[in-house]
Amino acid sequence: MTALPTRRDEAWRYSDLDAVARLWPVPPATEIVVAAGENAAQHLIAASGIHDFAITLGAGARMDFHVLNAGAGYGRVAIDVALHDGAHFEFGGVQVGGGNANLEIVTTVRQIEPNATSNQVVRSVLAGHATGSYLGKVAVARDAQKTDAAQSVKAMLLARTATANAKPELEIYADDVKCAHGATVGELDKMAMFYLAARGLPPAEAQTLLLQAFVAEVFEGADAQGELEAEALAALGRLA
Amino acid sequence: MLQINNLHASVGDKPILKGLSLTLNAGEIHAIMGPNGAGKSTLGYVLAGRPGYEVTGGEVRFTPPTRQPVLDTGLGFSSTASEQGSQAPHQVRGDDTGVDLLTLAPHERAAAGLFLGFQYPVEIPGVSNVQFLREALNAQRKHRGEPPLSGAEFLKIARAQADAMGMDMDMLKRPVNVGFSGGEKKRNEMVQMGIIDPCLAVLDETDSGLDIDALRVVGDGINRIMRKPDKAVLLITHYQRLLDYVKPDFVHVLADGRITRTGGPELALELEREGYRELAA
Repeated sequence: MTALPTRRDEAWRYSDLDAVARLWPVPPATEIVVAAGENAAQHLIAASGIHDFAITLGAGARMDFHVLNAGAGYGRVAIDVALHDGAHFEFGGVQVGGGNANLEIVTTVRQIEPNATSNQVVRSVLAGHATGSYLGKVAVARDAQKTDAAQSVKAMLLARTATANAKPELEIYADDVKCAHGATVGELDKMAMFYLAARGLPPAEAQTLLLQAFVAEVFEGADAQGELEAEALAALGRLA
Repeated sequence: MLQINNLHASVGDKPILKGLSLTLNAGEIHAIMGPNGAGKSTLGYVLAGRPGYEVTGGEVRFTPPTRQPVLDTGLGFSSTASEQGSQAPHQVRGDDTGVDLLTLAPHERAAAGLFLGFQYPVEIPGVSNVQFLREALNAQRKHRGEPPLSGAEFLKIARAQADAMGMDMDMLKRPVNVGFSGGEKKRNEMVQMGIIDPCLAVLDETDSGLDIDALRVVGDGINRIMRKPDKAVLLITHYQRLLDYVKPDFVHVLADGRITRTGGPELALELEREGYRELAA
């Protein structure tokens, strides 16, 4: 894309367009090709800005991609991935934002050949006037039978002034596929907060502990699990 | 230890406690019995400071026995307060008049030595028992100006308490109460109480949902952890049977938001025989 996006562009609908204008034009997407039968892992602790990836997974290839999107201001991670026969794409994303942060994860998973699978897990924690969005499109081509694609999207709002947008989207042209998706937006469990307080945990520590549990599954088994978890915990602690 | 004077409390706009008075001295175990809806659980929640339970009148003074000053020269910050012979202003310690419990936040009440055993212990997916308890205990210790426990020190205490309650250490590593049976949750409450070692325990229907064997284990746990000269217990219960294992010094009947009768252990037997209707009025 060369023209500056507008609100009418679906993939930029919730973006901080003033910030986008300041960053425009953006460099071309980082290209990653995983050859047939190979495994690759990638992780990104995203600073503010726009991060674009274009990924191709060869037949039987697998990629694990983990993202922590917790910069101040505007942070966008956009991933376009094409899956050939029997490939697997595993995506885990955590977004943590307070203040006026505008964070978004935008994925397009193209299941272009049969037997490919994908799994996306995204957790967003939003405080203050922050906005966190997940726009995730799974496109299953006519020949891509036996596709198995899953999306699990959950957001936790710590204030009524924060905003979560979740848009799992399916575009299916094959007739023998499995595409599961779920999206929830919730608040901290007040009874759990009281239970932790009754055992002596101050509110800030209790909140961080519950949020840590909320995002825990995302980085399970990631190549840089320790680093991602430590950075996520630090970001969650800053919201308390 | 605990002095409740003319306590009034509402949930929403509904008055539940209507002038409740009660005094617990160190070394005593009190049982509160009463019909459904009398305000028993509300009393526990009000004492622990649950949000939404609004105190509309009265006062609660809590006088924890003064703990021995911690003299651990290995960790500098604890010795200063003891050398001065006085307590840091943020610390909650008992003196002759105690503290106004109702002004403290829930976690400060816990740090002061109050423990609420929940009727329905809360499940917290993703947070392990040991992680939560270590953080909670160290938060309490920090509040009291005591040095934190290391992972090894904590695990030693946790293991001893789990063993004493017949709980597998693996269960203590699992997420808090998730997938636990009713009896296991209550047992876990007692393990937590043993680890935290409070001076005042308010146990809200700790006996409900327990089979005979578990009831004995939990009863033994209460005696072992809390039956001490410098501790006190408020047992909230429907039934007399827990009192076979934990002998109360006093039994109170709570009806319509007030204590309507007080007696010795024999009152519990009388209640069991006659029902609340006769005795509560």
